[in-house]
Amino acid sequence: EIAVAEFHKKIKEAFEVFDHESNNTVDVREIGTIIRSLGCCPSEGELHDLIAEIEEEEPTGYIRFEKFLPVMTEILLERRYRPIPEDVLLRAFEVLDTAKHGFLTKDELIKYMTEEGEPFSQEEMEEMLSAAIDPESNSINYKDYISMMVIDEN
Amino acid sequence: MGCNTSSTRIKNSQTSLRAVLIIQNWYRGYKARLKARQQYALTIFQSIEYADEQDQIQLCNFFSFMLENYTHIRKEEIELSQLTESKQDMRDKQDYIHLIDVPDSYQGPRLQFPLTCADIDLLLEAFKGKQILHARYVLEVLFETQKLLKQMPNFTQIQTSPSKEVTVCGDLHGKLDDLFLIFYKNGLPSGSNPYVFNGDFVDRGRNSIEVLMILCVSFLVYPNDLHLNRGNHEDYMMNLRYGFTKEILHKYKVHGKKILQTLEELYTWLPIGTIIDNEILVVHGGISETTDLNLLHRVERNKMKSVLMPPKEINKDCNNDSKPSKVGVTISAHGRIKASGCPSEHLPKHEWEQVVTIFSASNYYEEDSNRGAYVKLCSGANPRFFQYQVTDATCFQPLHQRVSTMENSAIKILRERMISRKTDLIHAFQHQDRRKSGKLPVSQWAFCMESILGLHLPWRSLSSNLATIDENGNIEYMSSFRNIHIEKPIKEANSALVEILYRYRSDLEIIFNAIDTDHSGLISMEEFRTMWKLFSSHYNLHIDDSQVNKIANIMDLNRDGSIDFTEFLKAFYVVHKYEAMIKPEATNLGT
Repeated sequence: EIAVAEFHKKIKEAFEVFDHESNNTVDVREIGTIIRSLGCCPSEGELHDLIAEIEEEEPTGYIRFEKFLPVMTEILLERRYRPIPEDVLLRAFEVLDTAKHGFLTKDELIKYMTEEGEPFSQEEMEEMLSAAIDPESNSINYKDYISMMVIDEN
Repeated sequence: MGCNTSSTRIKNSQTSLRAVLIIQNWYRGYKARLKARQQYALTIFQSIEYADEQDQIQLCNFFSFMLENYTHIRKEEIELSQLTESKQDMRDKQDYIHLIDVPDSYQGPRLQFPLTCADIDLLLEAFKGKQILHARYVLEVLFETQKLLKQMPNFTQIQTSPSKEVTVCGDLHGKLDDLFLIFYKNGLPSGSNPYVFNGDFVDRGRNSIEVLMILCVSFLVYPNDLHLNRGNHEDYMMNLRYGFTKEILHKYKVHGKKILQTLEELYTWLPIGTIIDNEILVVHGGISETTDLNLLHRVERNKMKSVLMPPKEINKDCNNDSKPSKVGVTISAHGRIKASGCPSEHLPKHEWEQVVTIFSASNYYEEDSNRGAYVKLCSGANPRFFQYQVTDATCFQPLHQRVSTMENSAIKILRERMISRKTDLIHAFQHQDRRKSGKLPVSQWAFCMESILGLHLPWRSLSSNLATIDENGNIEYMSSFRNIHIEKPIKEANSALVEILYRYRSDLEIIFNAIDTDHSGLISMEEFRTMWKLFSSHYNLHIDDSQVNKIANIMDLNRDGSIDFTEFLKAFYVVHKYEAMIKPEATNLGT
């Protein structure tokens, strides 16, 4: 099938970019990035399971392309782990904005992101803050933030 | 009532949990896409750099071809000048230097010969204050350095001890801030703090001369503890292409040419490598299966003027395997130390167990592209690696902006590459586009791009940056050429010729400079025609002779039978429609 052949090429491209030693392997810590760069959005838990599936019997810290390809192809064919639409993302922020201010304070955001769900690491939190927080008001206007991210990606 | 409140509370917390998960999931996806874009940009930079190196090999072959076929007197003149130079050399240089006066109004650093560590400090302070060292001192330093280098063997030796580790640094490429950072983290060079600088001190960065001066002065003060190895950029021809020559002529308008001439010879006296504790070989270009140290020890290293134009014989029984074969094999691990530890079966003469690559210029391609590193070695202990990155504290931007900057830079270079092969690309596209629809499916477009440009890149992922894509996912291949064109300085030249002159302008500049032995900036019409014939036949270019004659005549602006090629080549540059014009000097990669 032509579609499968195209997927294979796409997956190979994305994989090769992280194959620093040109030996058809990538560091397991980059797998999440590769899968997401192909347009999928697995949660951390789902990612963990996927890695368990494609790792070697005795984990080496590296993932081989031969094992990655079939699993990734199936994910693309089944259209699994679809990305979050912009409006759903907006509503998620609105849910957290209980006072309906149109913004979240820095402390609120930190509390939610680092204490609930699949908590952010300190690095992830700092990175998000650096782009999202308006230093003057110490808060995030989430509507503007989302728009900015969407523009940047397109 | 109580039940309702608690169930509402549970429902609320479940909703907010779901919201948090959504935001976290989205953010991680976004961050991953940023990282991927960053990696794509890096891949573009690396691919183009590698392709450039392959071009140099072709240029090198062309020179051999040219010297064999170029029967004009010039050939003998070139060889002759290489021989007689050294005799007159020393006397000339000394006289020249003493004729240069350093005016009282000069505010920059004043060196005192013989140099001491006070002069190293003086230079560092001065360069931090963005001062420029006077040409008189530059020449004196170079002159003294060369005198000392001549006494060095092809491979210098170092012995380490627990109290005296040696620090090995890689490519600096004119990045002064990186050198400052290394000295800050690791201390200044001294008898107890030896350094090896493994080549490529110059080109690409903006402060090549300052880096070189600091290294030379340090070498003069500590000749046994500051080791300088020759890199492929310690080469006057590479400097022409990669920016050092321009930097010198810009900073030293009066004495620039003299400095360049002095450098030309100084480079040839730089040692090939350093041997540490008889166990570790430090050499710029790395090693190959045929590397034979015994031969390399005996080679007359100063006969190798340039990587691009190797002499016919350096040594009767030498198999010429040092510099020329390394051009395509120059190793640079960008920001990462690549240590591949595996015993090598195909190097029987010396059992090399491990190859480590060190690169010391952070932010090499673009702001935030990579970190730099150095390694400290001492016998009996494991090597210790140190990484760093120069950051301009005043503009510490958020990640997405840094990625954008890098990405834009990479895409721009890639598009310039595309336009320099526009004709061939369009032929390929149209050949695939049987129905003449102006569109191609991604895989066919990617195939054309890869085969014509000769770059192995993730084309599918990059396609949206390079062309317009329709609703069906097909690429409108002509859209890539819409907002960019090569400025045509001469109306009479047809676009195929313009494209070729643009594409090969760096090579042509080097070739013209090689022919122009008296460094006058001019070559004769006859030389131009002969050279062009050879060039186009070697590179298989299909350019009408009449076209070329027309060009040659136009270039002879004052009708005196000579051509100012620098001016001519400068005139070919790419115009990006929505931006200020990109002149060749501005792009450091010299494509």
